[in-house]
Amino acid sequence: MIRVTLKDLLGRKLRLLLTSLAVVMGVAMVSGTFVLTDTINAGFHAIFAVAYTNSSAVVTGKAVFGGVADAPSFPASTLARIEKLPGVSAAAGGVEAAAQFVGANGKVVAHGGAPGLGFSVDPNGDQRFNPLKLVAGSWPSSSDEVAMDANTADSLHVKVGERVGVIVSGGSERRYTISGVADYGNSTSLGGATIAIFDLPTAQKLFDKQGELDEIDVAAKSGVSSAKLLSEIQAVLPPHTQVRTGQQQTQASVNNFGSILSIVRYVLLAFGGIALFVGSFVIANTLSITVAQRAREFATLRTMGASSRQVRWAVVLEGLVTGLFASTIGLFVGLGLAKGLEVLFRAAGVTVPVTGLVFATRTVIVSLAAGTIVTLVASLWPALRATRVPPIAAVREGAVLPPSRLARFGPAVAVVVCALALALLCIGGFVVALSTGIRFLFVGVGVLGIFVGVAMVAPSIARPLALVLGWPATRIGGIAGSLARSNAMRNPARTASTAAALMIGLALVTAVAVLAQGLRASVVGSVRSEFRGDYVLTSENGFTPTSVASADALRKAGVVTVVAGERAGDGRAFGQTIQVAGLDPGLSKLLLLQWKDGTNASMAMLGTNGAIIDTGFAKSHHLVVGSPIGLETPAGRTIKLSVSAIFSPPEAEDPLGTVSISSRTFDSLYTNPQNVFALIATPGGVTAANTARLNSVLNSFPDAKIQTEHQFINSQEQGVNGILDLLYILLGLSIIVSLFGIVNTLVLTVFERTRELGMLRAVGMTRRQTRRMIRHEAVVTALLGATLGIPLGIGLAALFGHVLKGIPFSVPWGTIVVFVLAAIVVGLLAAIFPARRASRLNILNALQYE
Amino acid sequence: MNAQGAVVSAVDLTRRYGEGETAVEALGGVSLEIEAGELTAVMGPSGSGKSTLMHILAGLDKPTSGTVTIAGELITSMDDNALTHLRRKHIGFVFQFYNLLPMLTAEENIKLPLSVAGQKVDQAWFAELTTKVGLVDRLGHRPAELSGGQQQRVAVARSLVARPTVVFADEPTGNLDTKSSAEILALLRDMTVTYGQTIVMVTHDPRAAAVANRIVYLLDGRIVLDSRGASEAEILKTMNELDTLAPT
Repeated sequence: MIRVTLKDLLGRKLRLLLTSLAVVMGVAMVSGTFVLTDTINAGFHAIFAVAYTNSSAVVTGKAVFGGVADAPSFPASTLARIEKLPGVSAAAGGVEAAAQFVGANGKVVAHGGAPGLGFSVDPNGDQRFNPLKLVAGSWPSSSDEVAMDANTADSLHVKVGERVGVIVSGGSERRYTISGVADYGNSTSLGGATIAIFDLPTAQKLFDKQGELDEIDVAAKSGVSSAKLLSEIQAVLPPHTQVRTGQQQTQASVNNFGSILSIVRYVLLAFGGIALFVGSFVIANTLSITVAQRAREFATLRTMGASSRQVRWAVVLEGLVTGLFASTIGLFVGLGLAKGLEVLFRAAGVTVPVTGLVFATRTVIVSLAAGTIVTLVASLWPALRATRVPPIAAVREGAVLPPSRLARFGPAVAVVVCALALALLCIGGFVVALSTGIRFLFVGVGVLGIFVGVAMVAPSIARPLALVLGWPATRIGGIAGSLARSNAMRNPARTASTAAALMIGLALVTAVAVLAQGLRASVVGSVRSEFRGDYVLTSENGFTPTSVASADALRKAGVVTVVAGERAGDGRAFGQTIQVAGLDPGLSKLLLLQWKDGTNASMAMLGTNGAIIDTGFAKSHHLVVGSPIGLETPAGRTIKLSVSAIFSPPEAEDPLGTVSISSRTFDSLYTNPQNVFALIATPGGVTAANTARLNSVLNSFPDAKIQTEHQFINSQEQGVNGILDLLYILLGLSIIVSLFGIVNTLVLTVFERTRELGMLRAVGMTRRQTRRMIRHEAVVTALLGATLGIPLGIGLAALFGHVLKGIPFSVPWGTIVVFVLAAIVVGLLAAIFPARRASRLNILNALQYE
Repeated sequence: MNAQGAVVSAVDLTRRYGEGETAVEALGGVSLEIEAGELTAVMGPSGSGKSTLMHILAGLDKPTSGTVTIAGELITSMDDNALTHLRRKHIGFVFQFYNLLPMLTAEENIKLPLSVAGQKVDQAWFAELTTKVGLVDRLGHRPAELSGGQQQRVAVARSLVARPTVVFADEPTGNLDTKSSAEILALLRDMTVTYGQTIVMVTHDPRAAAVANRIVYLLDGRIVLDSRGASEAEILKTMNELDTLAPT
C-alpha cells in the first residue's frame, strides 16, 4: 500500500509540486527568520566577545530597573580600590556615550539604525582590555585629539593628522585632530556602528562624567579562580554597580540586543505562521479535490482487498511525504530568503552586523516539523473522506464521493465556530480586567477561529456570491464568461475553500491598511490639535532624542519668541515603570492640552516638586491634585512629588509622560537629559527668513532638524507608511500562497473537465475563448476571496483599533479599491498556467472514454 | 461516384502512432468520399481504425499522410484557429457519452455551438428542431434531470443547431438501452430524410448501421467493403465474414 501511494505520488509530479508550493513559502519564512536572527545574533556575539576577550571580570553600573541603557555611572575611585585587591593583576576603567562623526556635508555619519559610539582610552595604560587595535597613528592623548575605527575613516576619506567633526549626545559639533585609526578585533563587522575614542579625561568631560566611570575591566592574577576574584571585587563595589565574568558580560550585552531581536523574530515567525495557515487551507483543498478525482482509484484498491483504514493511511501518507518534501525545499529557500530579508532590512535603513549565515539544528528541526505537521493535519479531513469510497465505485462510470455523514451539520458547525471565535474576539477586545497577554491570545485565537468559521460558512454563500460577482464576466467575456461563472458556481465548496485562502491574506492586509489609516489620522489629528508652535526641532532621524544644547542655542540667539523642549525617561512609581517627561515652561504656550483638573498654565508652574499626571494614572492610583508621588529613577535617585494638575490625554499619542515634571527637576534627576522634541514659535510665524535664521543657528548642531508643523506631520506619516510597506510585503507572502491555491484548484479542475473542454473545443470554442473561460473563473474565485476578506479585515481592524486603544476607525477606500484590483490581478496571474493547459488540451480526449 | 455530391473527401489517409519498430498503423491508405444528404455508417470491429478515421475526417486528428477536404476546404493543413472556425461552420458532433455541460439547461446546451461562435439563434429553426427531437417540455431541465435517451436527443439537437454541413456521430447509441437507441437512430435517419443532413456515424452496432444509406466496413486500417444500405442480419453476417474479405 505504501509503495502504491509513493508510486502514485511520483507519477503525478506536477500535483506534488503544486501542492508543495503552498507549504514551501511558509516553511521558507520560518527557516529564513531563524537563519536571519541567528546570524544577526552571532554578529552581535562576535562584537561583544571581542570586547571582553581579556577580561576576567567586568564591573558596570546597575540600573535599579530598566535596561542597560539606563545603567548609571559610578565613582572613578572604585578603580583604585579594585587595583589594590590581591587577586587582581591589572584593571582599566572607561566611560562611554553616544558620539557621532560629522561628514563633509555637515551631516552626521549614520548607517541605518546603527549607533555612533564614544569610548575612552588611557593612552599610556595597559591596552590588553582595548578591543581596538591601532592600524595607524597613536591613541589620543590630548583634549584636541580623537581616534576612530577604520571603516568610518575609510567612508569619510580621512587620515591620521587631518581634522574631523564630532558631536557628543547630539550636541554641537567640535573639531578634533585624528591621532589614530584602529581596527575592531580582527576586522569584526560592526554593522555600520561608528566609534570615536577620546583620552579618558577628555571623554569624562565631554560625556559629562567627570570623576566617574561606566566600566572597569579586570584581569585576574594567575591561579585566582573567577569565583574568588568576583567575591573580592564584590566586597569593594559602591552601590548601583555589579561585577560579572567576561563571558557573563558578553552574554548580558548580547541578550540586551537579543531582546529586540527576539521581538523581530516573533513578528517574522508570526508572518511565517500566517503563510503556513493559509497553506494548510490550500493543501486541504487540493487533497480534497484529488481524493474526489481518485475515487475510482481508491474503489479499485478496495475491490482488491484494501481496507478503508489502508486507504485512509494512503492519503495521510501522501500528506506526510508531500509535507516532508515541501518542508525540505522550504528550509533551503529560507536560506535565500534570509539573505533577501537582510537586504530588505538594509533597504528599510536598518543595518546589522554580518558574519556568515548561521544554520542551526533548531532551524532544521522546527522548519521541517512545522511544514510537515501543517500538511499532515490538513490531509486528515480528505483522508477521512477517501475512506468513504465504496468498492462498487470502481465499476461505475463517473464515481463520486458519497457526501459525509456530517455534511448536513456543516452549516451549523460553521455558525458555532464563528460564534465561538467572535466570543473570543469580544472577550479579548472588551474585557479590560484580563491581562494584556491573555487578551492578545484570545484575540489571536479568535482571529484564526473566525477565518476557519467564515471558510466553513463560505460554501453556503459561494453560489449566490459567485452569481453576482460573475455578472461582469458574463458581460465582458461572452459565452466564455458565462461558462466561467457557471463553473465557479457548480462546486461551491471547492470555489469557497479556494477563495478562503485568499480571503485570509486580504483580510489581514485590509486590517493593517485600515489601522494604518487610523494611526495616520490620529497622528495628524493630534499634532494639528495640540501643537501650537510654528516649527518643531527634532534629531535628524526624528525618533532618537537630541541635545538640549540646540534648543538653548536658539533661545540665546534671540531668533525665537518661545522655544520649549520636552525630555523623556523611565521612572518608577507605585512599583510600576512609567514614562516620565520633563517640560520646559514655554510648552504652556505651545502645547494645547485637555485638562481634567488644571489649565495649560499648569505646565509653566510645576516648580521643583510639582507633577502633571494623566487621568488613567490618577484613576488607577486614586490620585487627586495635592496627592504625593514617590518617583525613582533607574540610577536610583528618588524624589517626592505632589500632583499639581491632571490632564486628559488624547486617544492616540500621549504628548506628555504618565508623570510630567519641570525640565529643571528632570535635569537634576537624570544624567545626560535630552529633548525628544522642542516646539518653537517665531515672530511672524513660518517664513523663509525665519527658517533660514533657525537653520543658521543650528548649523553647528548636525543632528538637529527644523521642520514646520506641516513637514513634521509628513515625516510622522512617512514613518507609519514605512512600517505599512513592510507589513504589506510580509503579508504578500500569504497572498502568494493563496495564489498557488487558485492555480492548484484550476489545474485539477481543468484535468477533471477534460471531456467537457474537449467537447467545447469540438463544437467550436477557440483556444482564446478557452483561456478566457479559465481566466474569468479564476477572477470570480479571487473576487469571492476579496468579498469575504475585505469586510472581514475592516471588521477586525475596528476591533483591533479598540484593543490597541485610541486608533480611530477610518477606512481608506482608495486602498480598498486597490486591494480589489489586486485580487483581480491575483486571479489573472493564477489563471495563466491552467488556462494554457486547458487551451492546449487535445480535443481527442473528449472522445476517448477513459 | 458523384464527385459533385461529395461534402467530405479523404485521399489516401494513413495514420501511424509511435515511431520505428514499435509504430502502430491505425490507418493504412484510406480514400473515401461522403455524399451529401446521406447517412453513412462506418463499421468495423474494435481496433479497425474507424474512430481514427472519423477523428481525421472531422479535423480532430491529423493524418500522417493524405488529405481531407470538407465543403471544398482542405482541412489537413489548417492551423488550430482555422479548424475551430471550420468546425463552427461545417461540423456537428454527437458523442457516445452525450458530453453535455452539467450546469447548463437543455436549451443552453443545444444553443452552445452558437453561443461559442457568438452567433444569433434562428428561433424558428430552434423551435422546429426541439419539436423534432421531442424536447419542447424539457428545455429548462439540466442534464442530471434527463434520461440517457433524452440527453442524447439534446446532443443531437446541439449538433444540428448551427446547420452544419456534416454531423459526425461517434457510437451515438453505445451508451443507450434498446428503446432509446431506436429513437436516436430514427431521429438521425429522419434528419437525413427531412433536411438532407449529411451524417457520418461510427458504430459497431449492426442495428445502428442498418438505418444508414451506405455502410463502409473497416478492418485493420483499410476499407474492406463499401456497400449501399443493408438489413441488420446482412450486416451481422458481413461483420462475421469481414476478415475473409480482401482490402478494396
